[in-house]
Amino acid sequence: MANLRGLQEGIVNSQIWKSVFRVGIPNTNRKRVLAVLGSLILHLHPVKVRRSGVRMSYTWCMGGTSFFLFLVETVTGLLLMFYYRPTIEYAFTDIMDLREQAPFGIMREMHRWGAHAMVIAVWLHMFRVFMTGSYKPPREFNWNVGVILLVLTLLLSFTGYLLPWDQLAIWAITVGSSMARASPGAGNEGPMSGLVKLGDIRLIHAGDDARFALIGGRSIGAATLLRFYVLHCVVIPLAAGFLMAIHFWRVRKDGGISGPL
Amino acid sequence: MTFIKDFVNVLSAGSISFLLLTSIFALIIFFNLMNGRIRSAGGFAFIGFGLLMFLAGIFVPPLLYLGVAYFLILFVLARLGGRLWDTKIGLWLFVFGALAFGLSMLDPNFFLIAAKPDNVPIVAMIFLLGFFTWLALRKAYLNDTQLVVGGIPWEKTESDEKLFTWPDLVYTEMLCMILLTIVMIVWSVVLRAPLEEAANPTSSPNPAKAPWYFLGLQEMLVYFDPWLAGVVLPTLIIVGLMAIPYIDTNPRGNGYYSFRERKWEISVFLYGFLVLWSFLIITGTFLRGPNWNFFGPYEYWDPNKLVPLVNVDLSELMWVKVLGTSLPKLWIIREIFGLALIGAYLGLPPVMAVGPFRRFYMKMGAARYYVGAYLFLIMMSLPIKMVLRWLFNLKYILHIQEIFFNV
Ligand code: HEM
Ligand code: HEM
Repeated sequence: MANLRGLQEGIVNSQIWKSVFRVGIPNTNRKRVLAVLGSLILHLHPVKVRRSGVRMSYTWCMGGTSFFLFLVETVTGLLLMFYYRPTIEYAFTDIMDLREQAPFGIMREMHRWGAHAMVIAVWLHMFRVFMTGSYKPPREFNWNVGVILLVLTLLLSFTGYLLPWDQLAIWAITVGSSMARASPGAGNEGPMSGLVKLGDIRLIHAGDDARFALIGGRSIGAATLLRFYVLHCVVIPLAAGFLMAIHFWRVRKDGGISGPL
Repeated sequence: MTFIKDFVNVLSAGSISFLLLTSIFALIIFFNLMNGRIRSAGGFAFIGFGLLMFLAGIFVPPLLYLGVAYFLILFVLARLGGRLWDTKIGLWLFVFGALAFGLSMLDPNFFLIAAKPDNVPIVAMIFLLGFFTWLALRKAYLNDTQLVVGGIPWEKTESDEKLFTWPDLVYTEMLCMILLTIVMIVWSVVLRAPLEEAANPTSSPNPAKAPWYFLGLQEMLVYFDPWLAGVVLPTLIIVGLMAIPYIDTNPRGNGYYSFRERKWEISVFLYGFLVLWSFLIITGTFLRGPNWNFFGPYEYWDPNKLVPLVNVDLSELMWVKVLGTSLPKLWIIREIFGLALIGAYLGLPPVMAVGPFRRFYMKMGAARYYVGAYLFLIMMSLPIKMVLRWLFNLKYILHIQEIFFNV
């Protein structure tokens, strides 16, 4: 034990360690404050938190779990991008190769199960926030940011679902995206769309309606795959990351984790 | 065993399980949170409802099953009362659920569906939802017992005390992350991600299902046209969620678990979240087979199962079956009953505002009251349509094919 302690102190007091973590072991209150304030990542947190808010039985850790799973998705997703090409010729075979050839071939598994888990975690987080009444003033706005994050999470999962380009993928997206056809006023089979006319010509048809815009064609095809890939790997993760920054900022600015007044 | 399986198969059928769940939902709230007693007006109403089911069950056998299940649960809940939230009882419930699930896995038809790789997370979700609902209500119940006698919620005893983020919070987070990492790695090693044959746009699988989290919406397609189930209602779900903090002006119950102080909000939210959203997803995932036909959990997914299409529109029901004439040509006359019905439904909020809900109207103000009331009515249109379909085989209340406008 004494040796371990000595080793630990040796490391923590070395110049390398001290250049990274300024304060050393946070064993006094002063150092505990500095440890949080001095770190970019830790200073997402305030220096002190309500005791009731730290309880796992209060927050169920679900917000943090959602965030952690998002990070898992980003890391595994980036690794998948090394192997995966979003074209009809290669998409499916790349996934096959990934399955058979790639060392440590559990990235795909982790990405897929992580995606499912994240959807569930976000729902449970919303459920917790509702049950503790934490959407009430002053946190109304953060609840709304959360709702948008929920939608983005579902969209991420939806766009990702197409990427393996197997039967499961295209038919799930076919079913999912066929709804857009029925948008009132904007889908070619939606109510009132027949009323959008120029003289006798219907302006909304299968070649320009809401579904066409979503999947980039009259049916799921190469354009859809590319569109969903870009949305999935660039657009939505960036948007979600940005909103998470706002979300976390607002948790702080609204007075930290909620508690009875 | 076969008898139990048959029993569960019949009970799971769309409308039956839905009615059962709705009544259990009401029961739990009544008995355990509002301190219901069987010997009270409310208690008698619940017994009356069960007896009604039994009576109707003489003519419609599934209702008999419903009645039996209903009374079983009623009496268990009434006996347990507040003890439902004891940890010991909670543990027993969990053991019971896990056992029922384990035994069910021995059934080949059940196993086939529940063990599909993509369905495994949903099985986990059922248990998680059960656990967290129980946990939240337990904490609310404990706080409420304090609040009734003028005490303070448990969170209050700790909320003025501040802890250092380092180490208290950081260590908890660390523990969470390590646990999650282990779970994710084990899960990924044990269960392979599914990959079917390469995409083939010319051969569609049967059933073709959307990703699991949208199966509640796909299930709504049984009752509503795509423009409603796929576009308008999802949009309104999002709008409705966003509106919650602005509609709910009740200042109490902010930052602690409580039911007593937020009865209406919690009941409506839980009903929407558990019954209308989660339960529909579970139905869509586990109980909908080829051609989107219904199959009990222990039933074989027979692709040739024939289900007679007997659904009729309200207009036909009224003009042809009741009045014995033919359908009028002009749609505005043909659909007069549907228009009247929907008009009456949408006319409820203003009428209620001067009537029984006057108190709410005064407290909330016109804008909040109307937005909240209409969102609520739209939410309730789903269970209403389900019950109408089941009772009268009703297809559309309003069927104006002239402009694709069907409700
Ligand atoms: C919250 C975040 C995310 C969710 C919910 C999500 C969800 C999904 C899903 C469901 C799939 C299909 C997986 C499969 O069938 O194996 C997928 C595939 C993929 N995702 Fe993500 N993803 C997320 C973030 C990301 C990010 C940030 C990236 C990259 C920067 C990414 C890159 C990919 C790639 C390349 C694939 C195709 C490989 C494959 O299908 O196995 N994902 N994603
Ligand atoms: C990707 C999705 C999300 C992430 C990563 C996330 C993350 C977090 C984190 C880490 C917290 C701190 C407290 C806690 O862990 O419970 C939090 C709080 C909060 N979240 Fe989220 N969240 C997400 C989605 C949502 C959703 C869907 C909602 C609501 C509809 C929501 C509403 C809130 C509110 C109101 C708070 C403040 C709660 C309080 O002070 O007690 N968030 N979020």
